[in-house]
Amino acid sequence: MPNSAILISVITFIYGLALVFYIGCWIFKKELPGKLGTWTLIAAAAGNAAGFVLRWIESHQMGYGYVPLSNIYESLIFFALCVAGIYLFVEFKYKVRTIGVFASLFSFLAVAYASLPSVESNIEPLIPALQSNWLIAHVITCFIGYAAFAIACGISLLYLIKSAENNPASGVTDRIPDLDSLDDLTHQMITFGFLFLSIGIITGAIWANQAWGRYWGWDPKETWSLITWLIYATLLHARLMRGWTGKRIAILCCIGFAAVLFTYFGVNLLPGLHSYQ
Amino acid sequence: MKTKNKNGTAIERIWHFFASVRLSVVLLLTLAATSIIGTVIPQNADPAAYERKFGQPVYTVLESLNMFDMYHSWWFRLLLCVLIVNIIVCSIQRLKSTWRIIFPKTPAYQPERFRKSAGRVQWQAAGASAEALKKMFEPYMRKHFRNIKVENPPENQGIMIFGEKGRWTRLGVYAVHFSVLLLMLGGLIGSIFGFEGYVNIPAGETRQAFSLKNSNQTQKFGFAIRCDDFNVSHYPSGRPKEYRSDIAIIDNGKVAVTHKLRVNAPLTYKGITIFQSSYGKTPSGSFNVVFTDNEDGTRITKKAAIGETVDLPEGSGELIIRDYSNSFSLRGHNMGPSFLGMLKPESGQPRPLLLPVNHPSFDKMRGGQYQISVKDVEFIQYTGLQIARDPGVPVVYTGFIIMIAGCYVTFFMFHRKICIELQPEDNGARILVAGISQRNRTGTKNAVKRLAQKLDRMARQTGKIS
Ligand code: HEM
Repeated sequence: MPNSAILISVITFIYGLALVFYIGCWIFKKELPGKLGTWTLIAAAAGNAAGFVLRWIESHQMGYGYVPLSNIYESLIFFALCVAGIYLFVEFKYKVRTIGVFASLFSFLAVAYASLPSVESNIEPLIPALQSNWLIAHVITCFIGYAAFAIACGISLLYLIKSAENNPASGVTDRIPDLDSLDDLTHQMITFGFLFLSIGIITGAIWANQAWGRYWGWDPKETWSLITWLIYATLLHARLMRGWTGKRIAILCCIGFAAVLFTYFGVNLLPGLHSYQ
Repeated sequence: MKTKNKNGTAIERIWHFFASVRLSVVLLLTLAATSIIGTVIPQNADPAAYERKFGQPVYTVLESLNMFDMYHSWWFRLLLCVLIVNIIVCSIQRLKSTWRIIFPKTPAYQPERFRKSAGRVQWQAAGASAEALKKMFEPYMRKHFRNIKVENPPENQGIMIFGEKGRWTRLGVYAVHFSVLLLMLGGLIGSIFGFEGYVNIPAGETRQAFSLKNSNQTQKFGFAIRCDDFNVSHYPSGRPKEYRSDIAIIDNGKVAVTHKLRVNAPLTYKGITIFQSSYGKTPSGSFNVVFTDNEDGTRITKKAAIGETVDLPEGSGELIIRDYSNSFSLRGHNMGPSFLGMLKPESGQPRPLLLPVNHPSFDKMRGGQYQISVKDVEFIQYTGLQIARDPGVPVVYTGFIIMIAGCYVTFFMFHRKICIELQPEDNGARILVAGISQRNRTGTKNAVKRLAQKLDRMARQTGKIS
């Protein structure tokens, strides 16, 4: 097992710890666990980034030298990093910590899944089709988009929790920002994610055109990324129609993220050209 | 679209049907939902395989709905066409009403809307007169905003400076929609004028034509491709690292281009793009066919090559070597590299013959007088090239760029109007900074806050000087 993989399994626990602090902050409504959560998450993200860079260095030491974004293990590591990074930016800008529960949960699940023995973590050289700068651009932009959608899904879940609360006196939802702010924040995350997903699909199409001579071939992976894109395009338009209020948008947002997850993992169960992503 | 004849209302109704965002929401969701089908049912596979999987009745139904090539079916194309009409009609409809907002002759500012706007900032600037502040703020506004207008509202002694920014960004969304049209147009051009195919060229040989994908036709390049050399390099683990063909394009009898073709680095010549896609082995030149007498074991060896005819021993007929396959599959068993022949005895029916290179005794079970096998086969590497021509690609790529730019403009830039109101007061002036925008209220509030801070700093400086 490469050292980077050992580092990442340690990071899994730090993400888990951040999750515990964020939950504590929500339940006990104290500042301290919140601050601890933020700093733990920063530490986890820094370690995550170090793991990524270390793996890059290790691949060079083994003589292959590639950006570590070429299999499901490496993409999970990068996804966790994107989620944590984007969330920390949102927390810094809007001073809301409740979303941290979902952000640290997603990052935790991603690295925990990557650390499972069934997920190949060895550094393998790239087969010729994967040696492309367009592929690197494709994976990076796709995963930034996926991460934004993950956080949008977290915010939408908060929205649903808050709007389903019929006993505000219980105080469970006190720490969740008001519905309008959540709705606005979801929208911002989705526009950000939509832009990156669009760039991701486009760079993927350019890569496919270079490798196989067609920019679009309706293989399941491509089709599912288009389905995801169409769902978010629907969401953007549904917002413009009166009658589609925050709650329906929040549900669409969760459906969109389910499509993201299927594009990411589920498609491997279907036949196709893509080896992993 | 007002028509004066009696069909006017019907046309209007159709127009409004296509102009609605509701329709586009339905369409986008329907496209998403139906696209799933083609990922669950593998597309364009062998009809016999489908029939085995689904059974005859289900197969017939699915086939009649074009489920096995659904992305090219009439109904999926119809959905795309409706989407196109929807986008075009909707954009025309919107542009008709927003054109004058986007490009007004004189931009209008309504003071009351600014005075009531969310996120406005007010403060007192001591020691600076409204007039002095105006002299300082106006050039600043002229530098950073457009369509500046300075007014003295009739209801008081104040001065109002208006300005705006980013009016053109309202066109971003039309760019996004236009890019969708370009993608569809590019796809259409590709499907009409483009093709996809493949050709295998052994090292040292030249090909003039290639096989078209999903059909058994061949097509001429209009030039020739010669493969001068082919190399595969491997990682220590045995994985392929790089495959490379040194190819030459021969046009009008002369070498026009030579190129080292690698995966992800195609060559385009006269609109036809050549991709390195695979490689393999193929027999080169002649080999030997061995006839072993089943009774006394005597052997007779004869030279043969693909496409040639070999006389059977003692004039008992002939054997035609017709074809070669890298991995011939016989009832699910992979026989490996094999030659396919046709045996024509002097009397009796011709019959096909399979000659696997690695299983010389395979032919024993046929019986007959001779057991036939092949030996001394020499292989050379061939390079597998993919061939594509798609004149729609430039249109599609233009669509890509416009889509990214349009999305960026739509999501992250916005049109905003800004107002500074200066009210003279006993000891200085009262400053109001406000902004309004249609889309990005948070962004406008932040911009107003930053502008107020900037102006405050400027006002303090004059306060000190005067
Ligand atoms: C794949 C197809 C489409 C894509 C990718 C797309 C994309 C977009 C995007 C990104 C926006 C901006 C949303 C926002 O501001 O949050 C938008 C707005 C809009 N779209 Fe589409 N769209 C598509 C199809 C359509 C269709 C078929 C219609 C037809 C009715 C339509 C009508 C509109 C309208 C009316 C707006 C709002 C414009 C405004 O704010 O003034 N779109 N679209």
